[in-house]
Amino acid sequence: MKIAVLLKWVPDLVEELEVDDDGTGLDTEDLKFKLNEFDDHALEEALLLAGDDDEVIALAMGGEGSEKMLFTALAKGATRAIRLTGSSTEGTTGLATAFSQVLEAESCDLILTGVQSVDDRDGQLGPFMASKMGLPCISVVSEVSLSGQTASVMKEYAGGMMAEFEVDLPAVLGIQAARETPRYAPVSKIRQMQQTSTLEEFSITDTGTGSGSTVSGFSQPEGGSGAKMISDIEELAELLNGLGVV
Amino acid sequence: MAGTLVVCEHLAGKFSDITFEMLDLANSLGTGEINALTFGSMAENAGELGIANKVISASCSNDFNPETYSAATVAAIESTSPDLILIASTSMGYDLANPVAASLDLPLVAYCTGIQNNGEDFVCTSSLYGGKMNVSSKVSGPVVAMVLSGTHDADSGRREGAPSMSEIAAPATDGKIRFKRLIEPEPGDVDITQSEILIAVGRGIGSKDDIEVAEELAELLNADIACSRPLVDAGWMEKSRQVGKSGFKVKPKLYITLGISGAPEHIEGMKDSATIIAINSDENAPIFDVAHYGVVEDLFEVCEELIEELE
Repeated sequence: MKIAVLLKWVPDLVEELEVDDDGTGLDTEDLKFKLNEFDDHALEEALLLAGDDDEVIALAMGGEGSEKMLFTALAKGATRAIRLTGSSTEGTTGLATAFSQVLEAESCDLILTGVQSVDDRDGQLGPFMASKMGLPCISVVSEVSLSGQTASVMKEYAGGMMAEFEVDLPAVLGIQAARETPRYAPVSKIRQMQQTSTLEEFSITDTGTGSGSTVSGFSQPEGGSGAKMISDIEELAELLNGLGVV
Repeated sequence: MAGTLVVCEHLAGKFSDITFEMLDLANSLGTGEINALTFGSMAENAGELGIANKVISASCSNDFNPETYSAATVAAIESTSPDLILIASTSMGYDLANPVAASLDLPLVAYCTGIQNNGEDFVCTSSLYGGKMNVSSKVSGPVVAMVLSGTHDADSGRREGAPSMSEIAAPATDGKIRFKRLIEPEPGDVDITQSEILIAVGRGIGSKDDIEVAEELAELLNADIACSRPLVDAGWMEKSRQVGKSGFKVKPKLYITLGISGAPEHIEGMKDSATIIAINSDENAPIFDVAHYGVVEDLFEVCEELIEELE
């Protein structure tokens, strides 16, 4: 079995976000990026699903972060890592086109990716790409088991409800959470991978004309507009007193 | 303007609140006729969809299936040619909006909190980056917009009426996805939807052991502990304690957040609490937009001092 995992580099929300000079994007100068946390869960689930003879292929767009994401994936146990080069992409629609080119060449049985990312303004990668490729897709998945050419998955709904589906492979799954906390790769192991293994490259061509919509503005919600700020503990204790909870 | 198609979400035999929120939004836009698409036997409840001019009922199972529901939605779009298609930004919506937009080659705007109709085009506002940025997109119809729960008024979208009815057959699919069963949540030791006071811990708590400080405070306030999604994923808290999109919707008298930044997925589950006190060290955290009171400080310092003060 061949399992592909799509990885995306996204802004780290721990950092303060600022709008760029045009007002239509993020100011990326001081911005830190990291692997999309849901993609980390997708990778973990792939590694848990894979048996000894199965392949786990990590895929990422070239550019900033790709080496770190892909060597880390190898250090965690992925069998291959492919970097997509040759063209940049815009938005989910662009990413979907790029990834579908390499996935069509690789013909995988299962494609896992994070359920969503913090910047997927024009749709979620998994179900969008699946539809373009004519593959079935289930998103918001937190349990997967495989039996032959079928996957049995749990999709989460609101209020703690879940639905069980059976999906014919090849299929795409948007992972909400792996069944275990994503494993940690020590820096020494990642360094070792950088020295002993190589990233494969796949050249993508035209990734389309974009999402059909244009970003016309970025703005920060007015911070703290609603909340009355409290600066000392006595005031907070008084408030709780006033609410009748102490 | 060729009108709006509202794709009505339901679960366990009832229209979800987001369905009425989308009807409220559609009603405010003035894009002409509003058609509502329902699935399976939900058309029997069409009387609740009074804002719609017409209800289109897709004859298919009541159980959501990405393939059949997408195919039915595509058929409804083809037969009514709407300018705006509203689909919920929910678990079901993800597997509906994306395939519909992809197969009809329509632009898709996700995580919408508001839509403006400019006559010639739409401006959709999306809440991105964990609620830390509002991003507006200009787009001409037809467009698929995914609407976030909790952004519009479900009560004003719920109106009795007698929309005209029509039926469409859900086109045949290749059956690669099969619905098996719906699973109710396992009851936890505490039903947080019934709690009067909740202390909700988020990622800012840092480690499983540190939840202790929240528990200590909870004991003093006679509160129950709730949490945001990341703590469940990390295995630190039970799913039955999770507030938000894939967890529970709560409305306690008092909701205190510790180290929760306030991603839209969480806010959707707690914003109707009577009083919200947010404690977070990041003054720009979106949680302060919904909180009534805020404390910008290290949560451990606040908790320790408060515990001391209360004791």
